[in-house]
Amino acid sequence: MRVGLSVAVATGLYGISFGALSVSSGLDLWQTMALSLLLFSGGSQFAFIGVVAGGGSGLSAMSAAALLGVRNAVYGMQLNALFKPQGWRKVVSAHLTIDESVATATGQTSATEQRRGFWAAGVGVFVLWNIFTAAGALLGAAVGDPAQWGLDGAAAAAFLGLLWPRLRAKEPVAIAVACAAATLAAVPFAPPGIPILVAAVVAAALGWSGFGPSSEGLEPDVDPYPATGGAR
Amino acid sequence: MSLWVWILMACVVSFATKFVGYLVPERLMDNPRMLRVAGALTIGLLASLTAVNTVATGTTLVLDARIAALVAAALALVLRAPFLVVVAAGAAAAAVVRWMGFP
Repeated sequence: MRVGLSVAVATGLYGISFGALSVSSGLDLWQTMALSLLLFSGGSQFAFIGVVAGGGSGLSAMSAAALLGVRNAVYGMQLNALFKPQGWRKVVSAHLTIDESVATATGQTSATEQRRGFWAAGVGVFVLWNIFTAAGALLGAAVGDPAQWGLDGAAAAAFLGLLWPRLRAKEPVAIAVACAAATLAAVPFAPPGIPILVAAVVAAALGWSGFGPSSEGLEPDVDPYPATGGAR
Repeated sequence: MSLWVWILMACVVSFATKFVGYLVPERLMDNPRMLRVAGALTIGLLASLTAVNTVATGTTLVLDARIAALVAAALALVLRAPFLVVVAAGAAAAAVVRWMGFP
């Protein structure tokens, strides 16, 4: 419970950077809030505005956000196995399924603490993330020229910050370098937004071909080899 | 107006992705290959977005103040700064080198 709340504060606070960057990328206050309230997945939200800021189409922005959210399906499966929620709880649990709530839940050992941790982190992040998104959006709208305040640099910093904790081994670094290189190679030849989808194809191909350990980029608590070996 | 359509569609897709995880039989997703693809997608897209937001302007590659932002952010991350400090360091570095006359 306490872990969940401290995660909520730490995560919620950076909603301020999302709000400010979203407005500087050209979304208005309500569009920004729609992403935080309804999409509610930090990486995907940053991806959406990152593509829009670069001049990409709405379709590319949506695709990048959707692909970056694929890991949430894996999280949903893990949480469903842990909690087996029914009815409205299933719907609400699904919406609150994000990196932080999953990490908090799976970091606990007792079933009660896992449940408490998930709800504390999930609800806490949701409330604070939205409050600070609004604050950031208002701040972003007030500063005027985003480039003068270095907000375009803040976007690059934000993506590096999201990527960094996932680069704990050689394979993830290799995937990151390959995808960044593929993106830059595609930039001069494709409309904005498409180079990011090129990287998604490269990443999926690398993952599919079995490159690296199966838990990379995901929760370290994911058990990549569940005890099903004796079934067949 | 049309951006609103894509925003709302992105929201629907996001929720559907999460909800699917609660509906599919566990063994369908819980295999090493699916986990690898999901993990690699996350890393690859974040790396791609970092690159685009650092050196791409439309369909050209340019070196500008955002490079300084990336270096400052990397330094902050090496020093284990929290996310908000990393972002602020990036913004400050870009603002400062731009103020010094860098494009």
